[in-house]
Amino acid sequence: MISDFICGTVRLLCGATANWAACPFDDKPRIFFANHSSHLDFLLLWASLPADTRRKLRPVAAKEYWTRGSIRHYFARSVFRAVLVDRKNTTAKSSNPMSAMMDALKGGDSLMIFPEGSRQSGDCVGPFKPGIFHLARKMPGIELVPVYLDNLNRILPKGEVLPVPLLSSVTFGSPLQLREGESKNDFLARTRQAVVAIKER
Amino acid sequence: MSVFETNPEIVFLFAGLLAILVIGTSTGMIMGRTVRSESGIETVRNINSRMKAWWLMCIVFTIAVLTVPAGSIVMFSLTSFLAFREYVTIAPTRRGDHRVLFWAFFILLPLNYLLLYMKWYGLFSILIPVYAFLFVPIRKLLTNDVELFLQRTAEILWGLMVCIYFISHVPALMLLDIPGYSGKNATLLFFLVLVVELNDVMQYVWGKWLGKRKICPDISPNKTVAGTVGGILTSSFVGMLLWWATPFNIWQALGLSLMISVMGFFGDLTMSAVKRDRGVKDYGSLLPGHGGILDRIDSLCFSAPLFFHVVRYFFT
Repeated sequence: MISDFICGTVRLLCGATANWAACPFDDKPRIFFANHSSHLDFLLLWASLPADTRRKLRPVAAKEYWTRGSIRHYFARSVFRAVLVDRKNTTAKSSNPMSAMMDALKGGDSLMIFPEGSRQSGDCVGPFKPGIFHLARKMPGIELVPVYLDNLNRILPKGEVLPVPLLSSVTFGSPLQLREGESKNDFLARTRQAVVAIKER
Repeated sequence: MSVFETNPEIVFLFAGLLAILVIGTSTGMIMGRTVRSESGIETVRNINSRMKAWWLMCIVFTIAVLTVPAGSIVMFSLTSFLAFREYVTIAPTRRGDHRVLFWAFFILLPLNYLLLYMKWYGLFSILIPVYAFLFVPIRKLLTNDVELFLQRTAEILWGLMVCIYFISHVPALMLLDIPGYSGKNATLLFFLVLVVELNDVMQYVWGKWLGKRKICPDISPNKTVAGTVGGILTSSFVGMLLWWATPFNIWQALGLSLMISVMGFFGDLTMSAVKRDRGVKDYGSLLPGHGGILDRIDSLCFSAPLFFHVVRYFFT
């Protein structure tokens, strides 16, 4: 119920339209990756999915942010079921971010990631961090769905607290996979290009 | 006291509106059975989705008129909100406009309609044309962003005028105190909106039927001479026939309808020119078949203030 309320509010605020034209519906675990320019990005992407898909979709989020304070922690754990990863301490065995994400995928859930790592200012798509490549390599055959979130940088830009209720859109591109022997840099460039291509269409 | 007791004519007007909707919907259904050509099927599909949206808009409008003044103020403030959001979405604003846009959406817009509710016409009439024009550039100074300062300021201010100030002149008709016509101002709202929207629809119908010569292909490729003249004449004629429900005599009703229709035509063209300038086809996708809400009310934006002022000057 909380999640329905959040979805309704976010959709109303962002006047969002979701466009699935290029992405066939599929129930198997997938990785959704999108450009990141606003705190609303994750909420809007989450709210624009059909309810069944949404229940199986887990965002990958920064642990140090989402465990600060009990309300945030409650939302991250119980409402969004976020996979919390430690952005700073990635080598420690106890908190290996890759294994937490792989567990989620193996458990039948989909993941949502923002490969730019942090919010960009303006509407340009920044360079991708290598995490998406490592994840794709460890989960051979997994489908990755590019998503472009339009106008959210104007609704709630980085550094602002109050949103301006403009219209936005969420566009899903055609799924892609890691190719045999594809290098890290090639893959990162190709996935980034997939997001940029939706934007420029 | 209900609207029906003070204003029995409005029952007939709404009955007429219902009849028009039924005729429109059944025409669409009959055409759907008979039309065979590819483009014809596309036209029928467009008409049918437009008719669905018309039913929705008429229901909302009926509720708004029957719950005057509060209901119509709430309905038109929501209309302004949706229209202004569509407008700002396609306007090239910058990061430095964020805070001032927040003010526009959440302070200026509600305040504009609150003043109407309070019947404080003096302040209502200058809130946006004077005080928003002072406030918006001053607030922008704080952001230290001078790039395209004049252009960005003008864009926001014009949007405030068109989407909020002009549109609010429809519910502002409730403020007018016409001798011998008290309690019936809802009819004025009905008269204005009906003539404007009928003009839009009839321009489309006449244009599809007889339209050949384009009137201004660079701005609006669908506007033809026959469509425009036919639409304006039809809506003026229908407006004239509604004189019995208004405070006007038959010739005044004709003149006012003609004025409303001509201004509506210019409003439609102006908002189309903005779309061409920004390279978009529609302002949004809220109303299937129509586009955004601003695509539907563009004519009303321009007719409402003029109709309000003429009635206020000559009839109160």
